[in-house]
Amino acid sequence: MESMLHITTLHYLVLGAALFLLGVVGVLTRRNVVIVLMSIELILNAVNLNLVAFSRLWGGLHGQVFAIFIITDAAAEAAVGLGILIAFFRNKETVNIDEVNLLKW
Amino acid sequence: MHLFLFLMFGAVCVGGAINLLAQRHPITSALSLIAVMAALAGEYLLLGAEFVAAVQVIVYAGAIMVLFVFVIMLLNAGEEEQTKGSRVAILLGVPGMLTGGLLIGWVVLRHSGTESVPIGALPGHPTDIAQLLFHDFLLPFEVTSVLILIAIMGAVVLASKPEASAGKVG
Repeated sequence: MESMLHITTLHYLVLGAALFLLGVVGVLTRRNVVIVLMSIELILNAVNLNLVAFSRLWGGLHGQVFAIFIITDAAAEAAVGLGILIAFFRNKETVNIDEVNLLKW
Repeated sequence: MHLFLFLMFGAVCVGGAINLLAQRHPITSALSLIAVMAALAGEYLLLGAEFVAAVQVIVYAGAIMVLFVFVIMLLNAGEEEQTKGSRVAILLGVPGMLTGGLLIGWVVLRHSGTESVPIGALPGHPTDIAQLLFHDFLLPFEVTSVLILIAIMGAVVLASKPEASAGKVG
């Protein structure tokens, strides 16, 4: 019972896995491109949580530096993704991801 | 106390993520994503990573989400229409997600150390992170700056009006 009251790395990993799975469900099921991009951000956040938790587990700071790099990547990805979204909306007047079928075989 | 804080922030995280998926309108999804980001910053503080928590609030909840909200405003996107998923998607997707979830759960439970993580030891001092970032990881840091520059130029080119480039060509 005493060990239940302590937060272990496992707690953080389970939380990260839950956020990751929710993000995957969002990417797979939602049709609004903006919400799909937000779900991708959720996945990146889950990875960040895991990295910081492992950084805490091993006592080093490398995981936190990696998390900062991932935040930078997420900023670049959001900028480019939303730019693509604006260009797409200008052409098709919709944000429905089912309409993005130009490359569909 | 530690467990209570962890569970509180974790509940806000998971609840916000579920709300993100459940809401039909993108602006409510964006607001619940901001709640998820803020709660995650609290989790980072519990882990002792103050600098990452500050960066999380400033960059994620600040900059990136403002970008999202601006784009939602620009596109004036209404509620998405609900369509039924195809049979193939349900037949393959639900067992696939279950398998993936079970696999992740099994790996996490099987292979992780269970030492207790104390609160408040705070190894994430900004000075140490700066030492790593600007000394040990200097090359990746500089490459990231080039990546950001390319992303800025790409976003400007993608979002600019097509008439401007067409006028130059014609």
